Amino acid sequence: MDKFTKLTSSAIPLPIENVDTDQIIPARFLKATSREGFGENLFRDWRFHKDGSINSDFILNNEKYQGSILVAGDNFGCGSSREHAAWAIHDYGIKVVVSSFFADIFKGNALNNGVLPVQVAPEYLKEIFEAIEKDAKTHIEVDLEAQKITIESTNSSSNFEINPYKKTCLMNGYDDIDFLISNKTEIEAFEMSRA
Amino acid sequence: MKKTLFDKVWDAHVVKEIKDGPQILYIDKHLIHEVTSPQAFGELEQRGIPIFRPDQIVATADHNTPTVDQHLPVKDDLSRNQLAELTKNCEKNNITLYGLGHKYNGIVHVMAPELGITQPGMTMVCGDSHTSTHGAFGTIAFGIGTSQVAQVFASQCLLLQKPKSLRVNVNGKLKPGVLPKDVILYIIAKLGTNAGTGYFCEYAGNVFEEMSMEGRMTVCNMSIEMGARGGMIAPDETTFEYVKGREFAPKGDDLENKLAYWKTLSTDKGAVFDKEYHFDAADIDPMITYGTNPGMGIKITELIPSENNASFEKSLAYMNFEKGQSLIDQKVNYVFIGSCTNSRIEDFRVAASFIKGKKKADNVTAWFVPGSRQVAQQIVEEGLNEVFENAGFRLRQPGCSACLAMNDDKIPEGEYCVSTSNRNFEGRQGQGARTILASPLVAAATAIEGKIIDITKQLN
Repeated sequence: MDKFTKLTSSAIPLPIENVDTDQIIPARFLKATSREGFGENLFRDWRFHKDGSINSDFILNNEKYQGSILVAGDNFGCGSSREHAAWAIHDYGIKVVVSSFFADIFKGNALNNGVLPVQVAPEYLKEIFEAIEKDAKTHIEVDLEAQKITIESTNSSSNFEINPYKKTCLMNGYDDIDFLISNKTEIEAFEMSRA
Repeated sequence: MKKTLFDKVWDAHVVKEIKDGPQILYIDKHLIHEVTSPQAFGELEQRGIPIFRPDQIVATADHNTPTVDQHLPVKDDLSRNQLAELTKNCEKNNITLYGLGHKYNGIVHVMAPELGITQPGMTMVCGDSHTSTHGAFGTIAFGIGTSQVAQVFASQCLLLQKPKSLRVNVNGKLKPGVLPKDVILYIIAKLGTNAGTGYFCEYAGNVFEEMSMEGRMTVCNMSIEMGARGGMIAPDETTFEYVKGREFAPKGDDLENKLAYWKTLSTDKGAVFDKEYHFDAADIDPMITYGTNPGMGIKITELIPSENNASFEKSLAYMNFEKGQSLIDQKVNYVFIGSCTNSRIEDFRVAASFIKGKKKADNVTAWFVPGSRQVAQQIVEEGLNEVFENAGFRLRQPGCSACLAMNDDKIPEGEYCVSTSNRNFEGRQGQGARTILASPLVAAATAIEGKIIDITKQLN
């Protein structure tokens, strides 16, 4: 897994609430057996018309908005548990998703793929949207170590929560498998105790 | 300390607590299917890690399977490849697979309970958010991502923070024609799609106590649609009677010991929940959805509400509905009865009881998709298939089908579909398809009338 410490980037605004994982990656693209290449179909049915032509109204197709931070409306990532949603976001080049609320499973899937979900207060989310609207090039800094997010143009910052264990994993690029396997003796003892 | 049902089951599965961190939770049963498992198998293989407890894993093929001509090779190359990959991975790792054509094949959340794999007091996971279904048995069951599938493969455990507790109480008498699906659609409409996020939900009250296991599964299935990772109902005689005698249910002394334990699995009097809601059963009517998330539900006779926000308006625009509109008499050309929410025998009994002696509307294309081979067989044995055929319907073969439209069962662009499934997201049933969630009774009535009708009038 990629390490994550600090990131400064312009951001892509997606001020829509309840963005579900079926929008992030529609089910018909879940037939692959590897993790690669899902970025191509990220937000497929919003990015492209049914005939395959580009929907120029959709934010990802607007050249004005670039960057590796996605700023989204409330309850991002609800619905299906498909990790393909996190893979698609990662593969597209997004490293941080900011929202005022994340669905549980998506949040876990993102963290397991080196994508940092940053949950901020609704008022601060509004501030970010406004700053981007004012200047699409405005930079946003996300500092995982300090658990702090800053809008550079306004110098307004906010702290965010992250589980300390997950923070360590992300900062060092560790995943849970190695940790779980290192506890195998205890797991086997637990099994014996229930037999 | 007073414990909730959830506390009792969770605490019995904690292997270890990490200081300032998550807990290691032991998983009793791991269900897998073709879509969310290949990358997990690939990951372990690449890292040279063996599957730790293959005999605690059960696999089925459901998401990507056709619902006609299952005896023939699957036409779509990618689907066929994914199914072949599952077969290969299961063979290589000694995992039981109920693949296409097997007598136990079916939707993962239909097949496991009917085989007695799902039992009270267990922890169960699957790479599918509707794993919450199994909570109907007083089981901690929840959906996981593929990285977590790999973790369970490697260690039979997961690293988790214990969720907060939520209880939804529904007491009173349900009106005629109000089904378990209406109860859960009502709860979600009242609480919203993220009320349960970070929580595990217990459903309590006489309404759930009086429900069949099929009904309880329908309710728990949709817990995720209000954001809750899982939902649970305390096991009781209804649960025990359902489990007893099934293929993989405990038998003899083992059953007696298990029963003694299962009977302890209810929330202690005085246990405190982080959040609690109360509803009166008499307030619930047959429900339908009008928008693009399951929280956008109304009583079938109500008007679409008016909200002034961009997301709400985007949703109505997608559905081509207006604020203040009634959905009664809305013409509907597609009806889907199926999915892990409503594809069990009871759902087809309800549909058949309405359909008996009537004819399918000419404008309607209806897909009746049983949840498993066993359900399909029971439909035939009970004579329901005859009822459907006489009315002009044809039963398809089991699978997830038009719930997520990964196979060929897609609703065409712009068409409305009254569906017994669980999600009305944009494009969920096909690009541009417009989903209206409802109970099997409302779906059956729509298939007969070719439009949405006020079912309450027919029942009173």
